Amino acid sequence: MKTSLPIMILLVTVALVGIAWVQSGGLARREMRSAGTPQEAVESLLSDIQARNWDGVYSQLANKNEVDKAALVRELNGGDGSLRTYSNLQSFSIWPVHATADKAVIRARLTWSSAVGQLDEVRDLNVEHTENAWRVAWPKPNMPKVPPQVIPVNYLRWDVIGRTASDDWGVQNVDTPNVRITSMNAVERPDRVVIVGEIVNEDTVPAYVAINATLLKEDGTALDQEGSFDMISHTLLPKQVSPYRIDFPGFHLKQVKSVRMDSKALLISASADPVIAVTDQKMDRDALGKNVLRGALVNQSGQTVNIAQVLAAYYDSNGKVIWVSDGYIDDALLPQVAVPFAVDVPDDVASRVQNYRVLVNHYSNNKSS
Amino acid sequence: MRLTARFPVLLILLLPGVAASAADLHPPAQVVAGSSFSIPSNGGGKATFYLLGPSHVLKREVNLGQAIAVDGDDVQTSGKYLAIACTGHSCDSASFYVVAGNPDRLSFLLHPSRVPVSAGGAINATAFVFDNFKNLVLKPVTVDFHVTPKNGAPFTKTVKAERGVAWMKMSSTPKEGPVKVTATIGSAAEPRIIQQVASDACNLRIKASRTAKGVLVETDPVRDCSGNAVPDGTIVSFTAVDSKGKTTVDAPIKKGIARTELPLSGNARISVASGVVIGNEITVGGRS
Repeated sequence: MKTSLPIMILLVTVALVGIAWVQSGGLARREMRSAGTPQEAVESLLSDIQARNWDGVYSQLANKNEVDKAALVRELNGGDGSLRTYSNLQSFSIWPVHATADKAVIRARLTWSSAVGQLDEVRDLNVEHTENAWRVAWPKPNMPKVPPQVIPVNYLRWDVIGRTASDDWGVQNVDTPNVRITSMNAVERPDRVVIVGEIVNEDTVPAYVAINATLLKEDGTALDQEGSFDMISHTLLPKQVSPYRIDFPGFHLKQVKSVRMDSKALLISASADPVIAVTDQKMDRDALGKNVLRGALVNQSGQTVNIAQVLAAYYDSNGKVIWVSDGYIDDALLPQVAVPFAVDVPDDVASRVQNYRVLVNHYSNNKSS
Repeated sequence: MRLTARFPVLLILLLPGVAASAADLHPPAQVVAGSSFSIPSNGGGKATFYLLGPSHVLKREVNLGQAIAVDGDDVQTSGKYLAIACTGHSCDSASFYVVAGNPDRLSFLLHPSRVPVSAGGAINATAFVFDNFKNLVLKPVTVDFHVTPKNGAPFTKTVKAERGVAWMKMSSTPKEGPVKVTATIGSAAEPRIIQQVASDACNLRIKASRTAKGVLVETDPVRDCSGNAVPDGTIVSFTAVDSKGKTTVDAPIKKGIARTELPLSGNARISVASGVVIGNEITVGGRS
């Protein structure tokens, strides 16, 4: 009893001092003090993004008067069912690009874990020295706004009625679509063998396609079998062409005598919409100096596309497919709004690219096509 | 009394041990499926009669010396049957065949369900002839294939079935549209529909006009080399190259025409393709 009362008084005193410290702006001052360097400011900001502490993120910005908090949260947390809404900032690394006494540019590589795997993003962040601390000047979020309008769409879709269990033997079913692999090329990469090529739906109905490849040894036995997984547009409308890529990690071409290709096609219900234009495509370099294919996607239909995937095929001077790369788009594709994209191209491939072609896979809530 | 089909094996295994015949059975050599008949027998007294068929077994008590009546329901399936009569410790057996009755129904396969126009020998029609108990009719019969194109005169091709199967090949017509093929035999008719579809696009051509947002590019009505309209939904790929880079759009044909609006402002080259078919290329000038 003699000791418990003083201890209780001590605890209450500490709590009251803590509350007073927070109310007097001590927390903010601590944050300011923690940002003694541009790197610390960026690290602190990215840590809060990682923790989804949006209040903390916003409080650390140098340009709060320019940035709307709701727009910032929407940019970082995603919206419209986009891929970003299913992503978390898994890790980041930063390094300085440029610094003066009161301004600096810090390059940050952000690694997001998403529903479709790991996604990397490189951002150059401007950092300013204001109020005795370094703070990040976040680019003003440029959220696209779609004006109220009517976009006429003549919907075109295919529905399939197949035979049922009650049908007698011999009752004719609808044939599966006729698809054809138009090209196949085995490419040696440092750590793998990659099969790339194109497949076309030659039929007049939509097809769900999947491609498997088997590497064969000299004696005809199988080395390995892999599928195209998401490196293909599985839904092919009539006469549509899709690139495909199949990876065989850990194998080398010298081990392979031949490759057996197997394409499977199923007749499926599908819609011809939305139509997505791929504009302003060009080979370029990103902030890290890596070769990329840049462009923008424009959803020409009236429905929001939640998640889009870009598939790019690269051709050499003979028209042969020499590489296929892909990239998922963080943002949803709102109607008529251009969304930029960039997909990696290996340096040795980029030097041989004469032409390229981009296809867009798209997924919308409650349906995919 | 009917036994399940598991017993024939057991009974056949017992047969080698059957003693000299006490009841002599004389079934007809051939019986039409589903028709009642009788098997004359010799001897006298009670016996157990078994009838082993491809799909079931019959067992009942009979009096030897009289004809053993077999109901048509017990011989609905064609094939080899074994009649056995057992008295005490001895059995006698005789075999006979049940053959399919008159043609009564058809199973008809028409392949493929879609075929491009003007494809030689691409349509395969195969009919299997059965009697009313679904036994394959092996005797030669004639099957008629009535072909009714959407455009053009109907015709009939008569084919003699061999061992229960009648088939024919034919080419698709130059005009798109459904073709109805009906296989008939007697009163049985099985209709099937095959869809003749346009072939690849031919003379794929585009034209362009300036709009407020860019350039509206559209194809002429897309037709194959026989003049058939390529089906709606077929993908047409537009490619434009200008100073900003390349723009591509995969647009479906709607109402016979594929169109898209490309966000182009300066000079640009626009080309078109559909599947493996390449169309013309046009150049649009910059906005003045």
